[in-house]
Amino acid sequence: MSVPPGDARFLARESYIELTARERAVRVLDPGTFRELAGPFDRLTSPWLPLQDIVTQADDGVVIARGTLEGHAAVVASIEGAYQGGSIGEVSGAKLAGALELALRDAGRGRPVRPVLLLETGGVRLQEANLGLAAIAEVHAAIVALRRHVPVVAVVAGVIGCFGGMSLAAALASHLIVTRQARLGMNGPEVIEQEGGLAELDALDRARIWSLMGGEQRYATGFADALVEDDTAAIAAAVRGAFAHAAGGTPRSERVAALSARLAAIDAAHPPEPAALRTLWAREGLT
Amino acid sequence: MERLSFTYPARQAVARRVHVGVVGSGDLEVLLEPSSDAQAHVAVTTSVDGFATVWQHVLDRFFARFDAAAAIEINDFGATPGMVLLRLEQAAEALRA
Amino acid sequence: MSGAVLSRIGLTWLEALAGSAGLTGEPPRTVRVADAPLGAERARFIAVVPDADNRFPRARAGEVGLDEALALAQQVRRTLAEDAGRRPRPIIALVDVTSQAYGVREELLGMHLAAAAAVDAYASARLAGHPLIALLVGKAISGGFLTHGYQANLILALDSPGVQLHAMSQQSAARVTRRTVEELERLGERVTPMAYDVRSFARLGLLHRLIGGVDAAHPTAADLERVRGELVAAVAAARAGPPDLATRLSSPAALEGRAASIAVRRRLAEQWDAC
Repeated sequence: MSVPPGDARFLARESYIELTARERAVRVLDPGTFRELAGPFDRLTSPWLPLQDIVTQADDGVVIARGTLEGHAAVVASIEGAYQGGSIGEVSGAKLAGALELALRDAGRGRPVRPVLLLETGGVRLQEANLGLAAIAEVHAAIVALRRHVPVVAVVAGVIGCFGGMSLAAALASHLIVTRQARLGMNGPEVIEQEGGLAELDALDRARIWSLMGGEQRYATGFADALVEDDTAAIAAAVRGAFAHAAGGTPRSERVAALSARLAAIDAAHPPEPAALRTLWAREGLT
Repeated sequence: MERLSFTYPARQAVARRVHVGVVGSGDLEVLLEPSSDAQAHVAVTTSVDGFATVWQHVLDRFFARFDAAAAIEINDFGATPGMVLLRLEQAAEALRA
Repeated sequence: MSGAVLSRIGLTWLEALAGSAGLTGEPPRTVRVADAPLGAERARFIAVVPDADNRFPRARAGEVGLDEALALAQQVRRTLAEDAGRRPRPIIALVDVTSQAYGVREELLGMHLAAAAAVDAYASARLAGHPLIALLVGKAISGGFLTHGYQANLILALDSPGVQLHAMSQQSAARVTRRTVEELERLGERVTPMAYDVRSFARLGLLHRLIGGVDAAHPTAADLERVRGELVAAVAAARAGPPDLATRLSSPAALEGRAASIAVRRRLAEQWDAC
C-alpha cells in the first residue's frame, strides 16, 4: 500500500499532550533506557494533603527518570498536569530540585547528566504553600548552578502550560521548547481576572489568552527557542537538538541589558497589542 | 476522604508489580504488587465518601475473574465504577504482559 | 488597588541600616540600593518599596513588577561586576514585598522572564561568593519573595506580626479557595506550610534566625544594634557555609519540618546509579 507522504506523517503522529507524565518521560528518552527513581512504589507521598482530605498520588505528581539521550546520560523530570493541576508541593518539589542537584553533583565529578524538564504546572500547590514555594526556589538555584556545566532543556506543551514560580524555571532554562497549545506566564488567567477584574482579563477568552501567553506568541517574541508540533517524535527530536544548540549560548535570563532596553522602550500607559509586540520584539532582537 | 479495605481469596502468585492511572478528576491510580500472604488485599483511598457498597460490588466483579494474590492500592478521585474496573483490568493486563 | 495602605517598612529599615533612602538616580524608584558599613566591611543593601506613581499601574503597592525585577537584576549584576577580582561584598536584601505584579501587561511583556533575571542575578552573586542575606521585615509573598530574597544563603526575619510568608496574599487565597481569612488562619494552625506567620515558617527549617523583641515599624537604636549584630554574624556564617541552599535542609528545625524533602533526596540519591 502506498500512502501520500503528508498523510503518512499525519497517521504516524502521536500527540505528546495526550500522554501522561510518565509516558512523556519514556518517549523523550532513548527507547528502552527509562528507569524511574523515587517512583510510585516508593510511596513518597505528601504529608500535608491527607490533613486536608485530599487523596495523594503515589508519586506526588512528578516522575523522575534516568536514561539516555542519544547515548548520553540524562535525567528527565516530568510533571503530571492531571494531578492537582501539576502543582508543586513539598515532595514533588523535592523530586524536581533533588534530581537537578544530583545532576549538578555528577557534573562536578566530571560525569555530566543531561537534564530535561517537562513542565506542566500551575505553580505552587496552595495546600502546601510555603514548602512548595521553598522547593521552587531550590529548583531555580539548581538550574542556575547546573547551567554552567550542561544545558538545561525545558518543554512546555499543554494542556496545563507552565505558570507561577515554575514559569521562572522555564525562563531560566538554557533552551525552551514550546508547542502552539502551550501557555507560559507568571500568573494564570484566572488569577489575573480575580485580581484585576474582568476589565483586566476575561479568563474565558481563549483567543486573548493565547495571544498574550500562548506558545506561538512566546516564540515570536523571544521567550522560547523552538516552536514544535504536538508530536512526540518532534518533541523528542527537539530535545536532542537543544543540547547541541544551547551549549555556548547565553541564557536569556542573563541578558539583563537587552531585556531592560527593550522594556524601557515600551510605553507602559499604551503597551502594544500582542501582534505588534512580535514586530518590536522579534526573536533575533535578544542576541 | 475515606479509606476502605477488602480481602479476597487467591490462588495464583503475582510475579511483579505494576502501576496504572493518574489521580486526576474522575480517575484513579492502581498500584499492584505481590501480596505477603495467599490472599488478595485491596486498600482504597477515595475522595468520595459513602460508597463502600459500590466499591464492594466493583471489586467482587473484578475478583470473580482475577485470582492472583495481589496487594492492590487504589487512590481514587471520583472515578465511576466503569472507570475503576477499566483501571483494574489494565493492571491485570499489564501483569500478564 | 487605590486606597491600599502602602507599607513603609522596607524603606524604614533601609534608612535605619544604611542611612540612606537608596535612590539610585535611575528608574524605577521602587528599587532602592544603598552602600553602608556592616561590621568591618561595606555591604550593599537592596529594598523594593512602593511607589504610587510607578509607570506600571499594577506595581505601585510594593509588588515586584517588570521594572522592579529587571532593576534588581541590574543592580545585583553591577555588584558582581564591581567586585570581580576582589572580596565579594555582602548583599543584604531587605524584604517587604506584597507579591509579583498581576496584570495583562505584565504577562504580555514577560513578567516571568524579568523575574527569572532577578533570580538568576541573585543566585549568580551567591555562587560567586557574595554573602547574600535576606532580612524579612514585612511581607515575603510568592513571586515577590522568589525574586528578592529567596536565593539568599541565609534568611533572617523579625519576629513581628507584619512578617508574613506565603504563596499568595491572604485576601487572594481567600478568594481563590472561597474561604474566609479566619478559616485560612485556622487551616494554617493544622497545616504548618499553609500558615502566614513567621513563627510557623520558622518551624519549617527555612529560617536561619528569628529576631525577637524588635519593633519592626519603629526600630530603636538598640534594636538596630542587635539586628546589625545578627547580620554581621549571618554574613560570617554564609561565608563559612556552602554557596548553595543546603542549609535549608540541615537546620535542626528542617530535620522535622522538612523531613519529607530530606527523605526524597535520600531516596533519589540511593537510586540514582543503577545497581
